[in-house]
Amino acid sequence: MSETLPRDAAAGAVPDPEFEDDVLVRVDNLVKYFPIKAGGLISRTVGHVQAVDGVSLKVGRGQTIGLVGETGCGKSTLARCIAGLLPATSGTVTFEGKNITNLSRRAMRPYRREIQMIFQDPYGSLNPRRRVGAIIGDPFTIHRTATGNERKRAVQELMERVGLNPEHYNRFPAEFSGGQRQRIGVARALALRPKLIIADEPVSALDVSIQAQVLNLLSDLQDDFGLSYLFIAHDLSVVKHVSDAVLVMYLGRVAEQGPGDLVYATPRHPYSVALLSAAPAADPDSAAARQRVILTGDVPSPINPPSGCRFHPRCPKAQELCSQQEPALESKAGDPQEHRTACHFPVETGENLATAGGRSPR
Amino acid sequence: MSVTELEFQAHSVEAAPAEAIQGRSQWQLTWRRLRHDKMAIASIVVILIVALLAILAPVFASLLGHGPYQAFTSKGLSVDGLPVAPGVNGFPLGTDYVGRDLLVRILYGARISLFVGISTTAMATVLGVAVGLVAGYFGGWIDTVLARFIDAVLAFPIIVLALALAAIYGSSLLIVIAVITFFSWAGISRIVRGQTLSIKEKEYIEAARSLGAGPWRIMFIDILPNLLGPVLVLATLYIPTAIVFEATLSFLGIGIPAPTPSWGIILSEAQQFYQTSWWYVVFPAAALLITTLAFNLLGDGVRDAMDPRTERLFAGSTKRRKRKAAAPAGPDATPPAAAAAGMGG
Amino acid sequence: MTLLEVKDLAVSFPTADGVVKAVRGVSFSVDAGRTLGIVGESGSGKTVLTQTLLGLTPGGDISGQAIFDGANLLTMTEDQMRNIRGAQIAVIFQDPLTSLHPLYKVGWQIEEMIRAHDRKVSRKEATERAIDLLNKVGIPQASQRVNDYPHQFSGGMRQRAMIAMALSLSPKLIIADEPTTALDATVQAQILDLLLRLQHEFDTALIMITHDLGVVADIADEVMVMYAGRAVEKASKHDIFYQPHHPYTKGLLESIPNSSAVTDRLKPISGQPPSLIRLPSGCAFHPRCTYVMDRCLDEVPELVAVGSAGAHRSACFLPVSAIGLGGDTEELRKKAVSEDRHAASAEVAEKIAAAPESEGSAIA
Repeated sequence: MSETLPRDAAAGAVPDPEFEDDVLVRVDNLVKYFPIKAGGLISRTVGHVQAVDGVSLKVGRGQTIGLVGETGCGKSTLARCIAGLLPATSGTVTFEGKNITNLSRRAMRPYRREIQMIFQDPYGSLNPRRRVGAIIGDPFTIHRTATGNERKRAVQELMERVGLNPEHYNRFPAEFSGGQRQRIGVARALALRPKLIIADEPVSALDVSIQAQVLNLLSDLQDDFGLSYLFIAHDLSVVKHVSDAVLVMYLGRVAEQGPGDLVYATPRHPYSVALLSAAPAADPDSAAARQRVILTGDVPSPINPPSGCRFHPRCPKAQELCSQQEPALESKAGDPQEHRTACHFPVETGENLATAGGRSPR
Repeated sequence: MSVTELEFQAHSVEAAPAEAIQGRSQWQLTWRRLRHDKMAIASIVVILIVALLAILAPVFASLLGHGPYQAFTSKGLSVDGLPVAPGVNGFPLGTDYVGRDLLVRILYGARISLFVGISTTAMATVLGVAVGLVAGYFGGWIDTVLARFIDAVLAFPIIVLALALAAIYGSSLLIVIAVITFFSWAGISRIVRGQTLSIKEKEYIEAARSLGAGPWRIMFIDILPNLLGPVLVLATLYIPTAIVFEATLSFLGIGIPAPTPSWGIILSEAQQFYQTSWWYVVFPAAALLITTLAFNLLGDGVRDAMDPRTERLFAGSTKRRKRKAAAPAGPDATPPAAAAAGMGG
Repeated sequence: MTLLEVKDLAVSFPTADGVVKAVRGVSFSVDAGRTLGIVGESGSGKTVLTQTLLGLTPGGDISGQAIFDGANLLTMTEDQMRNIRGAQIAVIFQDPLTSLHPLYKVGWQIEEMIRAHDRKVSRKEATERAIDLLNKVGIPQASQRVNDYPHQFSGGMRQRAMIAMALSLSPKLIIADEPTTALDATVQAQILDLLLRLQHEFDTALIMITHDLGVVADIADEVMVMYAGRAVEKASKHDIFYQPHHPYTKGLLESIPNSSAVTDRLKPISGQPPSLIRLPSGCAFHPRCTYVMDRCLDEVPELVAVGSAGAHRSACFLPVSAIGLGGDTEELRKKAVSEDRHAASAEVAEKIAAAPESEGSAIA
């Protein structure tokens, strides 16, 4: 099933005893490079944006997998490859055992009913010139599962389910608030009862008090409809709240993965530690007491990623080996099988990476 | 359960407030803004008057007793055989070189101008949108081929082609309409292609793809509605171009054949007489000017009504301008990100 | 020493649909060297508030006072304002990409800022100061980067450049409007760290506007929570997070993960922020409030002192001792609400008893 990989296979997927039987989606060493073209009349490819460079993951039935990372880590690209919106450069995506990588539009069509997406921008993800009823009804129309009044009824039911007033069927997206528009997006995604919903930063663009509403809605729907989620976010606290397992991505690769509570309690990768310490907590005492790991520099460009471990230029623990050899993704420091880290010198329990001490109360 | 608790529960349902600002479609909003634009309303009035006059041309003809083709050699020409001045012998705007009533001919000329202007623009728009949409959406070699074709058409020496066609087939209304349409669609197509390229990248198009929508559905149901705004503005601004184009062709003698009264033909005839008969030049030129100006201003007005952020020279009342500048996003305003992305967003 | 004193600032905009009351009577003060965090969501009026202080809201109906260094900012002429902007009060905006001019070099923009306020500074001197500032804000290779254009900087570096610009004239007050919202978490941490260090070094006062309570928990001294154009609670950082009084503040804390209000399940605030044209009657928060009482629909609550110390103020009709997140405070609140409702029901019952034939109900 896996094709030849551009990188060494040691960093590939290790079967998870936990998830084996009930796997909904399996991603094996997905790679996505975007060619950079230059030249005039006939353009040549002068380089590649290595957006995703070998990521493997599994989503079980009814599970929520969180994908965390900052700009340029490739999480959105990965999501779109899984959803079939972008063709993968190499690697496979399997849905319920069937290979759905790079299928033609026609062949992919039936799978579109099973895998749906919720987008980040509540303003951009809805067509401003179409009425909400038509937008939510699109899946029914495209897949010809309901027409006319039947469709209207189904749409209104969905609207009610996500907390919208079904009487607003004929309104335009501009007449709804950000939180409501996200609900419209959720209703649209739910229409055909998919099995997997890929949520690409669904609450990042919303007000704080609305975020919780939408998160709770997603959680309720998961119970009612038996959904699996691939939840993408840059905000760790949000992901922690909703995920069963978490993958921390950096510059196209997985830095650390494992069950949520393990990764939060004992993060092994220095990047995870930095990310966790950077997430602002709405709690002054814990903010003051926190050991802050402030990274130097900015996230490098995925066009020319650093050699070896991609994090090494910013890593407080980097040593020569790190620039030479890419670390394998495996469990370290006596962690259970499911908790894996790609690091040569993982953070030990109790080790203090702080570059700046806690803030003194003022 | 007390009353206030019940009330509170009612509020919990996520609903836009009942007394909310009345939901409006893009067109209603545009019309509302347009209504307040004095310049645009004036333009609409002028256009309607011109249209009315064109329709009523036969009525004027019969009232005056002068048909558009009737040459009054005795009362319509002076003793030297020159056109008579306005007001003389019952000719309100004077006569032309063979003694025909200038007013009547100008009114009939309006029919030609409006008909040619609007019909060619309509056809060019349909053609231009179709080609632009396909080129923009599919990209790849389809786009390359179509885009180069559009460039070729735009680079073509129009007058030369018109001359050639006239030489072969003789001038006629049909040829005029064909030529003008042929050269107008390319400009529209290029702009539509550009708009399509940018709309194609929007997230709601990605959402449509993720639902399994095919390319034709996406083009006509998702992209096209977002194009209609810019296309409307474009079309409104193309009408005067077409009108002038027709006048030019007729002026050069390769458009509508005489004796059909087209403003271009009248002006062409007037070349010889401008020194003696100023009315022969002034009135048809004024008609042309007023009509094209009205369409141009209307086009500007429609563009501003669609995207109220642009500043304009005659922006109506200052109070309205201040409100524009200061008003934060109300429920019916386009959200900043969308508005910044242009009219299609 | 009080640097800025704002009293009853109100700003509204007439629009085609009605008057938008963006800010409805806000008062606060900022002391030198201290940080005030203004927290609010969209529609709270926080951005309009600060833009008005700098004279950046033409067309609005403005009332109230904003005394900075003895003079009222709201009544200044454009010329006077221009002297103040940059030199005395500097602003850092949310998106440095749109607030830095894309066609001029970054160094040049900083130099222009310096020389615009003091013509005597030579080009060379200004460049040196610009390089020095870029160094201070942590931009590596500052002497070369000073000749770069904004698009050559990353998001975090652009924001640093903006901070450098803000500091170039050593202002007394910096207003930062959501400076880190568009940045990644690790970069945000860097920027906040930088802001704090620089504030210490220059002893500048800082007004930090944000919707992110985490940022506030990190760097603010005092906090003002805004809702629908009014300040609903003002307190020290400690009080806001551990002893909140206003249900909106409490609701915010309970709806975000990782907050001082530890909950297993996030408790969202139901409903959504109100339209500023058709505000709810009485307290603007009442349609979303768990503790709503009859009073709240009729009267607009003013800021009153709550808790023990004088500095903690809240605009709510709940008892002033009902501060905090604990169980017994919750009891206090529930008691107040149920007492109020009993009183209301009793009134209703009386009315019905007094006029049994009157149709329908006194339910309202």
